This record gives sequence, C-alpha cells and structure tokens, in this order.
Amino acid sequence: MSAWHLVSTVARRELASYFASPVAYVFLVIFLLLTGFFTFTAGAFFERGEASLASFFLWHPWLYLVLVPAVGMRLWSEERRAGTLELLFTLPIAPWQAILGKFLASWLFLAIALGLTFPVVLTVNVLGEPDNGQIFAGYVGSLLMAGAYLAVTCMTSAMTRNQVVSFILSVVILLFLTLAGFTPVTDLLVRWASPAVVDTIAAFSVMTHFDGFQRGVVDSRDLLFFVSVIGFALFATGVILRNHRAG
Amino acid sequence: MIRIENLVKTFGAKRAVDGVSFSVERGEVLGFLGPNGAGKSTTMRMVTGFIPPTEGTVRVGGHDIVESPLEVKRLIGYLPEAAPSYPDMTVEGFLSFAADMRGLAGDAKKRALGRVVERCFLASVIHQSIETLSKGYRHRTCLAQALIHDPAVLVLDEPTDGLDPNQKHEVRNLIRELGAAKAIVFSTHILEEVDAACTRAIIIDRGKIVANGTPAELRAMSELAGAVTLHAAGADLEAMARGLAALDGVARVETVDGMLRAYPHDKSAGGGLARAVVELAARESWRLDALRTEEGQLDEVFRRITLPDTVKERAR
Repeated sequence: MSAWHLVSTVARRELASYFASPVAYVFLVIFLLLTGFFTFTAGAFFERGEASLASFFLWHPWLYLVLVPAVGMRLWSEERRAGTLELLFTLPIAPWQAILGKFLASWLFLAIALGLTFPVVLTVNVLGEPDNGQIFAGYVGSLLMAGAYLAVTCMTSAMTRNQVVSFILSVVILLFLTLAGFTPVTDLLVRWASPAVVDTIAAFSVMTHFDGFQRGVVDSRDLLFFVSVIGFALFATGVILRNHRAG
Repeated sequence: MIRIENLVKTFGAKRAVDGVSFSVERGEVLGFLGPNGAGKSTTMRMVTGFIPPTEGTVRVGGHDIVESPLEVKRLIGYLPEAAPSYPDMTVEGFLSFAADMRGLAGDAKKRALGRVVERCFLASVIHQSIETLSKGYRHRTCLAQALIHDPAVLVLDEPTDGLDPNQKHEVRNLIRELGAAKAIVFSTHILEEVDAACTRAIIIDRGKIVANGTPAELRAMSELAGAVTLHAAGADLEAMARGLAALDGVARVETVDGMLRAYPHDKSAGGGLARAVVELAARESWRLDALRTEEGQLDEVFRRITLPDTVKERAR
C-alpha cells in the first residue's frame, strides 16, 4: 500500500473530525468576523483610498497568533489523552505519515477558512483596480505563515496531553517568532544591540518573511524560511512522540 | 508466530519487564496473568510495537519488531488496555478507517466490515457516534477494529474488562473460536478466563515470569491439588480424622465446613488416595454422601506465587 494512501486516510479522518463538532463552524465564524473587523474598521480599508488588501493582510500574523494554536492544539494532545495514540502507532503506518497526515488536515482546514475570505477580494475588485497578482502572493504568504504556525502548534501539542498547556506553549513560541521582526520591537532592540544582531534575530521572524508576500514579491528565501520552519517543527514533533513512547 | 526472548523494559530505575521469554504458535491461546502493575500491558505494548524494548527481541511471523515494525504491525490485531477509539466518529466510520489503514478496499472491505460487525454484535449501533455508546459497546468496537483484517496474531489487553457477564461469556467464546486458527495472547486478571479460553497460561509478577503451563498444570501446583474431601452423614468427625490420618500416604487432615480433607504426601499419586479412603470407609462402615479429589484452585496458585514476600509471611 502506498505511503500517500495512508497519509490521506489519516488526513481525511482528521479533517472529518473538525467538522464533526461545532467547534469548526464557531472557528470559521470568529475568523471571518475578526478579519472583517480588522480589515474594515481597525485597518481603515476605506479611509486608505487605495485599491489593495494591505489592511487585510497586515493583521494576519496577529490573528494567527491566537487562532492557529486554537486549531492545532488538540492534534496530538487529544490522541495522547484519549489513548488513541496507542491505536494509531500500532497500525501499520510510519510515524512521519501520521504526523504529515494530521498536519495536512489542519492546514487544509485553515486554507478553507482563508479561502472563505474571498468576499474581501471581490469587494476591492468592485471598488477599484487592485493588483490581483499582489493579492495572490499575499494569500500564498498568509497560507505558508499559517502552516508554519500550525507546525509549531503540532510540536507543542505532542509535548503534552493537555490541550490548554499545548495552546499556551505554542502562543509563547509564536509570539517570539512574530515579535522578533515586528518593527517597534526591532527599533527598540537597535538601541542596545548592533544592527547585525538585530537583523539576525529578525530573520527568525515570520513578520520579516511575510513582508515580501504582502508587497507581491515571492522571494525564494522567504519560501525556504516557511518550508524549513514547517519541516523542522514536524521533525521535532516526530522526535517528541518517539521519546514519549520510549518512556 | 510470536517469539519473545529476554524482553526487558526499564522506566528510569524501575524494571517494568525483566527478562520475559515465551513463544506462541498458531492454534494457541496464551493467557497472560498477573497482578496489576506486573508488566502485562508493557509487554504487550512492546510486542505490538507501541513502545521499543530496552533489551531483548520480539519476532512476529519471522519479522523483528525493531527492524521491520510495519511488517509486524500488519500481522497483528491489537486491542489496547482501555479500548481507545475516536469518540466523535460513528462505529461504521471508525471501522472503515481501520479497514482503510489496513489496506482493505472495495468488496474486501465491505465483507470485512460485515464480518466484524456480526462477530462483535455491533449491528444495532453501527450508525451511532462512539461517544454515545455504553462501555461494553465501545469495548467491542475497539475489538472489532482489531479483527478487521483477520490477523494471524491477536494481542488483546484485558478484552473482557468492563463487560457484563453475558458479554464476557461471548468474548471468551469468540477468543476460543478464533484461537483455533490464530496465535492469540490475552491478558486478564480474571482466573476463570484461563479455564474458559486458554490453552496455556503464563503468570507474571514484578516483570518476571513465575509460572508457565496449561491450566491443568498450573492448578496442579496448588496445595489443594490431589487432596480428597469427604463428608459422611452423622459420623464422628474426630474419629474419622484419626482414621484418615493413620492411612498410608496421608500427610495431614483438615476440617473444612463440616467436611474432612486429607492431603496426600505425594500429589502425583493420582486417584490412589481416593481409593484408599473409599476402602477405609467401607471397613469402618462410614455412610459417605460426598467424596471428591480436588483439582486445585487457580486463585490459590495465583495468590501463592504473586503475593509480595512480606504478605506471604503474614498469611502463614
């Protein structure tokens, strides 16, 4: 049996379990309400007088900071709590296939949430003539950023059987990943540290790498950054789960 | 099918499993007995590849669990201790997931689902979500998952735990039936199950195997085994006891609930003692209304070999 078949079986089960509870719909509604509020009210979409989604993408790192851990916190902690981890890991599936399958299911769920923001694209196209290439790049960057956040949440979720602990751990780690490149913070850091050090720290931040996408630039270094965060966090998830089983 | 050699698992300083070796062939049902915390579940988790052994080897169907875990896992159907399942899924969805993971598709999958649903009596709850089911049904749903691919090896960790007496009976029958063509290991701390379902039993205590044999062999280890118990209407118990004690081959005589029990010097004497007692009764014209040779009791054997030494001292 092919590896992909197993990955997709796990992913389908996981995705179905999102929609089996009302939590998925509550999440979708909250996500859409918040993006709407931040884009139009806090982001002053209309007052800007420009045909772009800058005020939309601007808030994504902050929204994801709280919402992505909420989506991913149960991934492994729930398996550990319910004992289904033992079931899953005694089925003929390699651990990486299970990890990837569960990650992809959650990522797809986030992609659905992000996809449902399409009215904002329609709105800006009706009102003016935006650069749709730039908007597309923004969506790609946003999805990659969500994936990176989710992979980190996957990792913290594997550390504990308690979803709340997993949530808090991932928010703390993600807060660092976000703030390290947040302009007010880097401006503050420059007073104490040399610019080279500040740049190095900022290079670890999703902010720095999401910037290009927002401006419509898809840079291979930014792509590489997100892909390696995902790869590293999922690898760490595997190591954590293996150590947990070894006792 | 299953070959385990010198299996060791340590958690920190504690040796949860300490040098366990045994093997199970097709057609055998091995009962795994032991007090709580003796290392039963840990052993089963190593056999099924959930946790890696600290030392020793596990081979199932010729495959090593460390070197080729997937081959081993394909051969095994496993019911973990708490019978976990995904509560938000329906019984059908859950079993279908298990079938997909085992590579079953199309007609083969449909037949497999039909077979386990019938075997585990799940037809009436098939569309219900698992979280709404009673414990017995949840347990059987997880058991059905273990049987879905008709595995050559079954590892069942306390398969009758939490079931009502009827369900226990059904599951034991199922195990015995399946045991004809499979290699089965199941753990329990209910001793009747050894008689009801096992061809062989192992008693494990503090990580070590302390007894290994057929149920009859284990029972024969009992102090009671081979003793003759008798009752005679309106007889003088003391006189009878003196008479019995004087018999050749009788080690000691006890009074139990108004019955007399004579223990033999040599347990392997078989029916010899009973015959001697009958002859004595005829000579003394005792009016016997009950006489039996004791087979021995498993729970006595179990208690004797698994009680901590300090408790044993006190019991004496």
